[in-house]
Amino acid sequence: MGVMVGAIGALISGLLFGLGLILSGMANPAKVLDFLDVTGTWDPSLAFVMAGAIGVAAPGFWLVRRRSAPLTGPVFHVPPADAPVDRKLLVGAAVFGIGWGLAGFCPGPALVALALAAPGTLAFVAAMVAAIAAGALLQTRR
Amino acid sequence: MGTTEFTPWASLAGGALIGCSAVLLLLVTGRIAGISGIVRRLFPPYGGSAPFEAAAFVSALVVSPFVWERLAGSPVQQTVTGSMSFAVTAGLLVGAGVFAARGCTSGHGVCGLARFSRRSIAATAVFMATAVATVYVVRHLVGGWPWA
Repeated sequence: MGVMVGAIGALISGLLFGLGLILSGMANPAKVLDFLDVTGTWDPSLAFVMAGAIGVAAPGFWLVRRRSAPLTGPVFHVPPADAPVDRKLLVGAAVFGIGWGLAGFCPGPALVALALAAPGTLAFVAAMVAAIAAGALLQTRR
Repeated sequence: MGTTEFTPWASLAGGALIGCSAVLLLLVTGRIAGISGIVRRLFPPYGGSAPFEAAAFVSALVVSPFVWERLAGSPVQQTVTGSMSFAVTAGLLVGAGVFAARGCTSGHGVCGLARFSRRSIAATAVFMATAVATVYVVRHLVGGWPWA
């Protein structure tokens, strides 16, 4: 029962996320790259996406976390807000930013664009998923 | 390349939808709507990572352009790099980077900032900075992208 409710919740959440990315223009790498091009053809739209998302999520998260548990499952799987910043986090974020700046794709928009099947998207997603899967596999071996 | 149209209202509304998605996921499943973490959960080790939920989320994300086309009556507009070597390089950097940082634009940039996480504030500042620097180098120093 809980598994079904969880999966349906995840399905609706995924759909809202995808539609939100498309409506906001973020499924288009050209728009993301224009946001990042602050000294050139700057398009500030991405800042509005973050403002809209955080504006809803910040009060929403606060309300949800007043509960002792989510609707399905016994606990929230959320790391503490004061967990320490480490080198791995900073290096990973730096590397991610370089890839993001090269293609204009981060993981969400790339998956939304996947089924539109542009060759560049297929190559990007295959490489991204392979890298994440390789990381997971190495973790298993350790 | 460049000069996309500034869309403040559509982007704010789309962002609000993403916020609703994140709140719903936390309420129902108790998890952060971070796409890289959700992709990571598709692969073992599974130890309580609810891969079925992760697969449901990813499937919905993948079909969302078709739902959009039905609702909006117009196709999704996009321009994607046509260079395979460029796309693969970028994909590997993004995949390795988000795995090490345990989050991307959604997990750190939206959900993490919305809960005032120290790690997410640091990660977002760093990836924004390196992304802006990368675009500067490619567009203004090297002289452009290999677009299709």
